[in-house]
Amino acid sequence: MTKEFRTIKTEIRLPYELAYGETWTRFFEGLQEKKIYGNTCPKCNRVLVPARAFCPRCFVDMDKWIEVSQEGTLVAWCYTNYKYYGMPTEPPFIGALIRLDGTDVNFLHLIGGIDLSDFDEVRKVVKNGMKLRAVWNEDRKAHIMDIRYFEPV
Amino acid sequence: MGRPVAIIGVGQTYHGRRMDVSYPELVREAVMAVFKETGLAPDDIDGVVSGTMPSMMEGIALTHFYFADAMQAAGKPIMKTETCGSTGVSIAHTAYYWVASGVADLVLAVGHEKMNEGNSQATMTTVAEPFYQRYFISGAPGVFSMQSQMWTARYGIPEEKTRDAAAFISVTHHDDAFDNPYAHIKMKVSMDDVKNARIITYPVRLLDVCPNSDGACAVIFASEKMVKKLKLKPAWVKGVGYRGEEYFFGDSDKVVWEAAIQAAKQAYDQAGIKNPRKELDVAEVYNPFTFQEMLFYECFGFCELGESPDLVLKGTFTRKGELPCDPSGGVLCTNPIGATGLIRVAEAALQVTGKAGAHQVPGAKLALAHAMGGVDQFNGIMILGSEL
Repeated sequence: MTKEFRTIKTEIRLPYELAYGETWTRFFEGLQEKKIYGNTCPKCNRVLVPARAFCPRCFVDMDKWIEVSQEGTLVAWCYTNYKYYGMPTEPPFIGALIRLDGTDVNFLHLIGGIDLSDFDEVRKVVKNGMKLRAVWNEDRKAHIMDIRYFEPV
Repeated sequence: MGRPVAIIGVGQTYHGRRMDVSYPELVREAVMAVFKETGLAPDDIDGVVSGTMPSMMEGIALTHFYFADAMQAAGKPIMKTETCGSTGVSIAHTAYYWVASGVADLVLAVGHEKMNEGNSQATMTTVAEPFYQRYFISGAPGVFSMQSQMWTARYGIPEEKTRDAAAFISVTHHDDAFDNPYAHIKMKVSMDDVKNARIITYPVRLLDVCPNSDGACAVIFASEKMVKKLKLKPAWVKGVGYRGEEYFFGDSDKVVWEAAIQAAKQAYDQAGIKNPRKELDVAEVYNPFTFQEMLFYECFGFCELGESPDLVLKGTFTRKGELPCDPSGGVLCTNPIGATGLIRVAEAALQVTGKAGAHQVPGAKLALAHAMGGVDQFNGIMILGSEL
């Protein structure tokens, strides 16, 4: 066995205060009121959700705000069963891309309302193309987790 | 494309858990290897490019300052290039453009990472902003698993077939790594081992995922004038391509993945490649996850969309197949992220100069190197050939 060399343990903690800006202040305050807002690009006419300040493809300011459906279709999902330092969501959980009805991009959130303890059972329930609906937390803070998860309709 | 540019030497560390050396010492190991290989000295070098994955991984900001001594860069132009997983190919591109533009004749490119000193998935999570995406992506495996899951669903590929093809890729790459002296994971695995491994992020299981590696890679890019003067066997840069796309994961299609398709097309157009599966002799595809490797085969035009599992199971992409992919064992067996893309470029250079040793693809003349990065946002390609 070769000699073990010394290591130093160190940690960096830095506080940040990040600005939402006008558009995301409105979007996240909408979540507090149990509403999911998107907006429309005047050039490509796509409905983007979350609402954006500008279109990431056309680079123009977004204009018309619309409250989008709280139901959508499952596009992709992933059952997470491992943990790392600072992980913001407790595993096991299902991350998912959901196409909310009437929108043109996939909304990233969680699938819940089903038993996640046994993966084989999860596999039987969760299917691409299934309909999902938003479930809200009672205590809402104008935060993305004001939506607790999306559950099967 | 500017002036002709060639790679005239590569150096790698022995990748793995390298707590036997400090981080600058690890970087020095790769840099000394390329100077030894080429017979060049620091005075010959016009500029130095280096890079890592996001600095949260290192715990030290601006690593090109920290490693300046290890890279023997005092008194030279020095630049850091950082594009997450595709950093290594971006470093190669930066060095290439410096030489192609005529501002430099010899450029040292160095990629490095000590994955075992920090926390890779906690770092990856900081790539996602904390307003919206950070809660859902569960590090790299979460993102790439969602992409893979979307891919199998899109084409209606039976789950058992993708499972078999992914396991086949894992088994063959793990076998290949035994012939690469620098590879990290050297482990015999069976199809059953892979298929029954613990689920990390469904459909990805433990043996579908790359390791956390420590390692560095150094590559010297040279002008045509220096190639002639030094009389070192060149790997000529035949094409480069790079594409990014929108930041949000849900904003663009990751199955018919335009960033990958267009990066490859740009490089193919420059290299004059029309039928990549026939014309390329070998490819080093960035493959930290077995499933994702198949998606890249399709986006790079190695086969039709949705067809890759069939060809994988036929052996089309094994070392004895029509287009050997990742004969080094690839990212699946070795992943020091800031070095990984540059290792793909280095391996491609070794192949077209006939220096790949036990994992040499006989007679290889044209090779593709690739890396991918961000939350499925960036793709970079470099094509190398034995002839100008």
